[in-house]
Amino acid sequence: MDDLLEEFIAETRETAEALAGEIVAWESAPHDRARLDAIFRFVHTVKGSCGFLDLPRLERLAHAAEDALAQVRSGERQPNPALVSAVLAIVDRIGEIVDAIEGGVSLGDGGEELLIAALAPGADMGDALVAQPATTSVTRVASRSVRLGVDLLDRMMSGMSDMVLARNELARRLRTTAADPAIEASLERLSATIADMRETVTRTRMQRIDSLFSALPRVVRDTATSLNKQVALTIEGADVELDREMIELMRDPLVHMIRNAIDHGIEGPLDRRAAGKPEQGRLTVAARQSGNQIVIEIADDGRGIDVSRVIAKLVAGGRDERTLLALGEREKLGLIFEPGLTTKDAASAISGRGVGMDVVREAISQIGGRIALENEPGRGLRITIHVPLTLSIISTIIVSAAGQSFAIPRGVIDEIVSTGADSIRLDRLGERDVATIRGRRLPLIELGGVLKLSSDVREGKRKLVIVDIGAGSFVLGVDDVLDTEELVIKPAAPIVMATGVYAGQTLPDSGRPMLLIDCAGVAACAGLRFQREAVVEEDAVAIEEAPGMPVLMFLDLDGASRAVPLSIVDRIEPAELSQMQWSGGRMRLTVEESLIPLAMIGEAPTGDFAILRLRDGMGEVAYAIAEPRDIVTVSPELAPPVAPGPVAGVALVEGQPVELLDAHWLFAKHLDGIAADRRPLCLLAGDNADWMSMFLAPMLRAAGYRVTHAPAPGEVADVLIRLGGGSDVEAANDTIPVVRLAADPGSAERDGSVYRYDRAGVLAAIGACTGVWA
Amino acid sequence: MNDLYLIAHIAGRVVAIESVEVESVVDMGEVTPIPLSPDHVIGLATLRSRVVTVIDTTAALTGAPSAGQPRRAIVSVIDGHHYAFAVDALEDVAAFTSHPLDGGEDDGPWSLAARGVIERDGEPVLIVALSPLVSNLSAASVD
Repeated sequence: MDDLLEEFIAETRETAEALAGEIVAWESAPHDRARLDAIFRFVHTVKGSCGFLDLPRLERLAHAAEDALAQVRSGERQPNPALVSAVLAIVDRIGEIVDAIEGGVSLGDGGEELLIAALAPGADMGDALVAQPATTSVTRVASRSVRLGVDLLDRMMSGMSDMVLARNELARRLRTTAADPAIEASLERLSATIADMRETVTRTRMQRIDSLFSALPRVVRDTATSLNKQVALTIEGADVELDREMIELMRDPLVHMIRNAIDHGIEGPLDRRAAGKPEQGRLTVAARQSGNQIVIEIADDGRGIDVSRVIAKLVAGGRDERTLLALGEREKLGLIFEPGLTTKDAASAISGRGVGMDVVREAISQIGGRIALENEPGRGLRITIHVPLTLSIISTIIVSAAGQSFAIPRGVIDEIVSTGADSIRLDRLGERDVATIRGRRLPLIELGGVLKLSSDVREGKRKLVIVDIGAGSFVLGVDDVLDTEELVIKPAAPIVMATGVYAGQTLPDSGRPMLLIDCAGVAACAGLRFQREAVVEEDAVAIEEAPGMPVLMFLDLDGASRAVPLSIVDRIEPAELSQMQWSGGRMRLTVEESLIPLAMIGEAPTGDFAILRLRDGMGEVAYAIAEPRDIVTVSPELAPPVAPGPVAGVALVEGQPVELLDAHWLFAKHLDGIAADRRPLCLLAGDNADWMSMFLAPMLRAAGYRVTHAPAPGEVADVLIRLGGGSDVEAANDTIPVVRLAADPGSAERDGSVYRYDRAGVLAAIGACTGVWA
Repeated sequence: MNDLYLIAHIAGRVVAIESVEVESVVDMGEVTPIPLSPDHVIGLATLRSRVVTVIDTTAALTGAPSAGQPRRAIVSVIDGHHYAFAVDALEDVAAFTSHPLDGGEDDGPWSLAARGVIERDGEPVLIVALSPLVSNLSAASVD
């Protein structure tokens, strides 16, 4: 069921239950204004929500009750028992319809007209009584959701953090004493449970922004229809996650801005055709995470803001024209945030009701956000809202500078490289340090230096974090990259925020507080001003002269120089051996808690290596390389390869042949679910064939192997699995490795086979035989 | 008027702190420094899974940072943020009668934080408010 509808049902039911008592109390004291107001608010809210959710029956009932109650409120009408009964009947009916919606059952019309008629002054309350019996047949469905206060979630969250800290403390203490394996195992389990729990608790606060956006198509459709306009809405980035509370607070401003855009911005079809635009207006709502902020953009291709009309309006309202005209362009545009302003000459049903952009701005600044306008008269308006991530969970990278750890939001990080690689140069230009990374020259800021923690000592291997803060990119030099962690960021005390380099504080698993670096603040603090990014000249020339395909050149594991189309490279990252593992029948790389297929040509690396994360728009494959070299442009005409394989062709770069990887082949071979025939084949042999096929085969298939009892002609199994002792007569042709399973643990110990129910042991033994990795 | 006061030692002096300002009294653990923060901000500490900003009361009042790791602190919530005010030592909580501070007006750091006087065993003790100490009073009064 639609989230919104579910929410409406929960809310309505809850209020209706609370209200039943109010109505009865109102009956005994009809002049109790507070009770009357409570009931009025309820029917009013229901009416509003119903209009929005397209529930005409409920809307009609609520509307009728609202009208009657409004008359009582304004004193036009005196409440009497007949009216109270009629209102009560309507509230009951609303509850029943809501139950029916939730249960997905249909509910007969049941004399709703009579219920409404009973509200009329002087109506006989007998009508209402007649109507009531028809309504008792609905079975109530048990609700699968509860509504919770954010306070409770906060307390849950803080309790969770306490639990993590207690676990850490326990682990620390256990390490110092002689560890009993049984206790260690219990602790392991506790840790795993806590980790799961923490993720769940964390998620309770987060909501996909989708829940905010999902109502928009309807809003756009209704608004556009009522104004006889045609608008196509595009929504992007609905999977960005935001704090629940933040989403609630954004709801009204967003709807308001959308309505404004359609009412004021997008022109009617005739005007649009006259202006040479397509009749259908375009409205785009997009969300993305940018550094420490969530950015929501609302862009339309309408007429934009006519600044002179805004000024004329304000002058008509008594403002001094000369002062207004003297303002700069940006300030003039900012005038639309003046209270009580509407540029429409006639207030329409949609906007122009006195709720203006001032209210929107106020609402956004209340949650610590800001709003910016980009106006192109005649071509459209783009409203950009930045909302802070504080309170949100963000993915961070933990770095160290001068012995202290800091968190950097992952979102602003383009790439992390190590110093010392060939493709990286560090230079001092005048007063500034610059880093040249694969032809990209960027200002270098030492984190320790900016924070006045260390002098510019740059010895040994260091890490360079390439940061993109929107206005530009720079390189942040840190001593080391320690970890990645999902953290709950809270605002720090004002005196800490005043330093301008922190975005908040957080408590990671270590239990030691940590500061989140505001990269834009660090850049400002270091006196960095962004112009257009400098591209190293030689490359700039090369790129301009040769129309062709930009490719990333790299040194492959086998020592060959290869290249891959730049457009499929998502990012380049350093990787460690420990991230590699053989699972599900192929080599995989653990990245941010997920496994992606790992491809390589040549020997598996033995030390640190780099990976290219390649994307085809849907799937992802990692390709292991020795190191990245350069970005160059090659002619799309390649010398064809000799045979189909990983290489699509050979290009010439500065007179040297460079093999270009075949992206299609890479994905076809390595993306999960396609290359089934590449999975290792297990041949099951020996007695007890039933056990083999019932017990062992499913487990092996789940682990990504193919299983057979008799290989097809020409097919060669990668491993032979045999249960029980006996001489290996038939496997004597020892061309394929054999894994022997023992029926009981005792004999497994005696003859070096693997006990058949030791799942990990069995898989490890098979993995050792089939894979490169044991 | 009889109110409860926490008697503490700050910057070598005995002071009284209104109990309404005191959320709890804690033993300080490890403090994580905050680079670029003012001198009287010692850093961040974790108290029962909450991050608090640790204030060096001595530095805030005298301008001279206190030596060594803070050991005891008074936790107070000011404008929704938790602060730990490091103190030299803590004594008891007891009820006292507060008297207005008479005598010459000046704007030294102590006076900016002073809220009155109580008398303990015949000895006058200054009532100090914690919230002004969040900003560096010794620096403010010099300007």
